[in-house]
Amino acid sequence: MAAPLSLEKRPRLAPGCRLGQTAQQFRILQMPERALRLNGSSLEIIQRCDGEHTVREIISELQDIYSKADPLKVEQDILDYLLLLQNERALDLE
Amino acid sequence: MKAILPALALIAELTHRCPLHCVYCSNPRELTRKERELSTDVWARVLREAAELGVLQADFTGGEPLARPDIVDIIRAARRAGLYASLITSGVPLDERRLEEIVNAGLDHVQLSFQGAEEESASEFSGTRTHAAKLRVTTWLKRYRVALTLNFVIHRGNLSQLEQMLALAEEIEPQRVEFAHVQYYGWAYVNRARLLPTREQVNHSLEILKKAEDRLRGHIRVEYVVPDYYSRFPKACMGGWGRKVMLISPNGDAMPCHAAAVIPGMKFENVQTQPLREIWENSLAFQKFRGEDWLPEPCVSCDQRARDFGGCRCQAFLLAKDAAVTDPVCSLSPHRSIVNSILRDAGGESNAELNTPVPSTEVRPSTNWIYRSNP
Repeated sequence: MAAPLSLEKRPRLAPGCRLGQTAQQFRILQMPERALRLNGSSLEIIQRCDGEHTVREIISELQDIYSKADPLKVEQDILDYLLLLQNERALDLE
Repeated sequence: MKAILPALALIAELTHRCPLHCVYCSNPRELTRKERELSTDVWARVLREAAELGVLQADFTGGEPLARPDIVDIIRAARRAGLYASLITSGVPLDERRLEEIVNAGLDHVQLSFQGAEEESASEFSGTRTHAAKLRVTTWLKRYRVALTLNFVIHRGNLSQLEQMLALAEEIEPQRVEFAHVQYYGWAYVNRARLLPTREQVNHSLEILKKAEDRLRGHIRVEYVVPDYYSRFPKACMGGWGRKVMLISPNGDAMPCHAAAVIPGMKFENVQTQPLREIWENSLAFQKFRGEDWLPEPCVSCDQRARDFGGCRCQAFLLAKDAAVTDPVCSLSPHRSIVNSILRDAGGESNAELNTPVPSTEVRPSTNWIYRSNP
């Protein structure tokens, strides 16, 4: 099982995973054999998976962007999404 | 009529030449000769047309795509066109310098095939000694940020090595590992009697793989499917005919799948004479089994049809001699007894579980492998 995500880790897109867009201009995350379609907040998260931001910093920046949303809900959504990406093997944790 | 959605993946069979002679190769028995292969320029145009059509990824395969001296240029052309570039390879022939050129051309992902966990049996199944060369390629790949998938082709003869294959994968630490049961087309079809696992083997392997999938989650993604002769419902072959995938053969024929040429009367348009979009949207070959209008019973009144699209057309032809019937592996197919009979011949089922035997197809147990030839 994937270990619970530490807030001090710095997630980075795994090799072979990169942002792209479709002919209809939808943003996607491309990875081996599959692609994930990205909406506003998932794109904001993935753009920060650069090996520089810690999980804590990603949460804090998105809580600022989505300041009208419940901060705890934003945090949980981000942790859930990072876990999904981790299970897709789309993240390296540094 | 529904709008035709764009293809998502282009499978580019760059050549049928290959240094390996695997007994389960999915290439057709009639291989294309080198003189008839598409040029670099035509491939570059096809890749641009694919991206314009909406295709997201190009899978370079063969034969062995590394047998093309222009593989670096072709991968570069894919990335320039905006495509995600995957190389599906045996890892032979390759050296460190050429790998670096390929990576620098923008390769995103390597899928490296393995015939087993150790040299001896791998050599038997591939008719060559390449296992050690593949292991060397995995060490070179660690220098680069390229995704790696290990692909173990599994069958009766190597399922007993499954734990060792998993151990090898854990040692190499790729992002993904696939365990692909042999599918019975091309060369695998003629060697089926020696490749088909027993039900006991299949069930045992699924237990091992499920545990490995859970244990390695987040670290190595483990992927596998139940081999279709043993499943209740057919696979959604290619994600549905003419729905997601377009395959270009070495000479430029545009096909809905690897095996479609086995279906009598199929005529394929060629990318040298027609634009890719025109072929995808209007050619008779892609229209033939697209959507639901052609579906027979029991599919047409079955809820599974939206998931499996009636299964595989080539398999329907190979087993039931009619490409337009429900895939005979389906438990609801009127032709399922053909599959049961094959499984019983393989020692895969007890008589009690089966219907009355029917005449099997022409494949008989043989004592010798039939090795894939070279064009």
